[in-house]
Amino acid sequence: MRKKEVVAMLLAGGQGKRLKGLTRTLAKPAVFFGGTYRIIDFPLSNCAHSGIDTVGVLTQYEPLVLHSYIGVGSDWDLDRLDGGVFVLPPHEKENGNNWYRGTADAIYRNLHFLDQYDPEHVLILSGDHIYKMDYSRMLDYHKKKGADCTISVINVTIQEAKRFGILNTDDDLKIYDFEEKPEQPKSTLASMGIYLFKWEVLRRYLLESASDSESSHDFGKDIIPMLLQHGRSLYAYPFAGYWKDVGTIQSLWEANMDLLAQDPPLDLNDPFWRIYTRSPNQPAQYITQRAILKNSIVNEGCMVDGEVRHSVLFYGVEVGGGSIITESVIMPNVKIGRNVRIHRAIVNENMIIDDNMVIGSENSPNEIILFDQECELHARI
Amino acid sequence: MSRLIGVINLDHELDQLKELTYFRCGAAVPFASRYRLIDFTLSNMMHAGVYDIALFVRRKYRSLLDHLGEGRPWDLDRRRGGLFILPPDWNDPTDGSRGDLQHVHNNLDFFHRSAGQVIVHAGTQHVNKVDIEDVYRYHREKNADVTLVYKVIEQLEAEHAPCVRLEIAEDGRVTGIHQEQDHHNIYLEMFVIDKSLYLDQVKHCIAHQDNHFFRDAIQKNPSGLRIFAYPYEGYHAVINSIESYYKNSMRLLDQQQYQALFQDQPVHTKIKYEAPTRFTHSAEVEHSLVANGCMIGGKVENSILFRGVRIEAGAWVSNSIIMQKCTIRKGAIVQNVILDKDVELSPERTLIGDIRAPYVIAKNSVI
Repeated sequence: MRKKEVVAMLLAGGQGKRLKGLTRTLAKPAVFFGGTYRIIDFPLSNCAHSGIDTVGVLTQYEPLVLHSYIGVGSDWDLDRLDGGVFVLPPHEKENGNNWYRGTADAIYRNLHFLDQYDPEHVLILSGDHIYKMDYSRMLDYHKKKGADCTISVINVTIQEAKRFGILNTDDDLKIYDFEEKPEQPKSTLASMGIYLFKWEVLRRYLLESASDSESSHDFGKDIIPMLLQHGRSLYAYPFAGYWKDVGTIQSLWEANMDLLAQDPPLDLNDPFWRIYTRSPNQPAQYITQRAILKNSIVNEGCMVDGEVRHSVLFYGVEVGGGSIITESVIMPNVKIGRNVRIHRAIVNENMIIDDNMVIGSENSPNEIILFDQECELHARI
Repeated sequence: MSRLIGVINLDHELDQLKELTYFRCGAAVPFASRYRLIDFTLSNMMHAGVYDIALFVRRKYRSLLDHLGEGRPWDLDRRRGGLFILPPDWNDPTDGSRGDLQHVHNNLDFFHRSAGQVIVHAGTQHVNKVDIEDVYRYHREKNADVTLVYKVIEQLEAEHAPCVRLEIAEDGRVTGIHQEQDHHNIYLEMFVIDKSLYLDQVKHCIAHQDNHFFRDAIQKNPSGLRIFAYPYEGYHAVINSIESYYKNSMRLLDQQQYQALFQDQPVHTKIKYEAPTRFTHSAEVEHSLVANGCMIGGKVENSILFRGVRIEAGAWVSNSIIMQKCTIRKGAIVQNVILDKDVELSPERTLIGDIRAPYVIAKNSVI
């Protein structure tokens, strides 16, 4: 097998508990976003555009949809003869079987996968972020700095900093300190969870961490601090574009709403950086004589007879006459009856909403409602 | 049903759609917001499990090749069989075949190698959702030599004039094939025939200096062959002129027509990775079909927008068909017009065609 300069490992095993009903039967990276995409489309498309043709996708929680969605990777141009996309679920070994215990452990358990390509560098990605990034530029930076590890960072506000892993660097962006969710952040450089390692170095630390029974086998909690402690050279790679962690109902809704800004910070129409996705293959959207569509994103296969304002409609959504949808995200194949009102909600895929139903209202608190089977059950009782 | 071999014959489909067929063949003409005419034929074959398809092309097929690729969207990227695009290549001086028989004669290997024993032959001018499996079943039931697919058209219109009509006996047997204008049994240019009989007829026709398989082997031979007619009742449109193209496109704005064409089974087409369509604050869209990747800030009514169209705020589009990646700048007015791909209409320009004779603008124009 040809030696690869860089192989990407995409961590896609997370449950995403904070997304509640959206991840009941779906791994977080398979959650829908932006009218037609799934979250994982972003890192996979980034890899394709960055010239990374070998990607391991580590799955664990509810993998079926994810596995069948990725398939042989042809939608992301990752059906390569030498390389391509590989789904890597936890598996049984001669000496027993184990689930992935942490992010670092997941990579450790696939050492044999990486070894066969003997890469110079390994790029660690996560499957729960929305962003467009040219990893080849990060690689150039990483090589120029001669770093053992380069961590992609984004500038956040000091208030937000408490939610992230915060990096403290010198003027040359060399990292000397890393704090996970600090009470008193010393800087505003937040880790995006994108790590580029020299494989030879990472390999050694993975082996070390694996034999340490105290370790939680996590990149942020264990591997990075260990590298710092041993005086390895770690650099921060500043990223300036749009990046959003969509781990909660609120942030997922916000990221969808961001697409509706006057000049969206994330341009989905850039012909040179298409976000690839599996085509749902639906006919053109049908807009009736009395439909009203304002500041919204609507996908093919929709049939709109009502009013849609400041909302995102995925494919196959039907909006009945007299219904008004505002500031909401309607997942695929939702059928909305007549005279329905939906405000500030995410409606889960395949839901059927009866005539005259009201979901959320202008008077309700600002919290975003997730309308799914469970809500429906409550509403009926 | 892997017993079926598909033959899509574009040989005598004329490029009659004016500007739309200057640089492409009829089969590659964009239709219904995101498809091309050939998609409907290919999808019908796909749904009937026809995985061995020969495509006879003769002219202007570059954009068709680009659209079809290796046939993946129709599941035709197969180890065995799949899509065979067969362009003309006849340099054999001893070859005496003529017309569309040349295609068959020069590609006999395709027919011999295919495991299928029955041929379903179709064109692309008749857009329909014929259930080919059902036609095949009927073909077997009737123990027919050839089964022709037809539809009874209540209201004959201009585009039906060039169509072939069928005279049908009560048992379904075809007793006459002609072009009498007041007949309502319109032949859909689709037939099913056993491979061995097909190849025999081809051989016979070539030997007799014939040049048109349907006319010479079937139409002239209704008594010699057991020819039956399969009645089709679903969606049907004949696209053989700009007027019929425009009229049938606009008919899709009728919800019943739209559903008849799209509801039961998907129509497949080349995958594009366009973002969903974005409507801005100033968008006013009604009674329209809109594909993905559009950016709409203006007024759109009774129109069909293909992928990647931009309509700026203050522009007004009505009763029009706007193909891929056109841009309508602010203040421009477009009425009863067909814009081919990549047309840019400058600010404040007005283009108004007649509802019966829409104005057609060729690809890549800047107006």
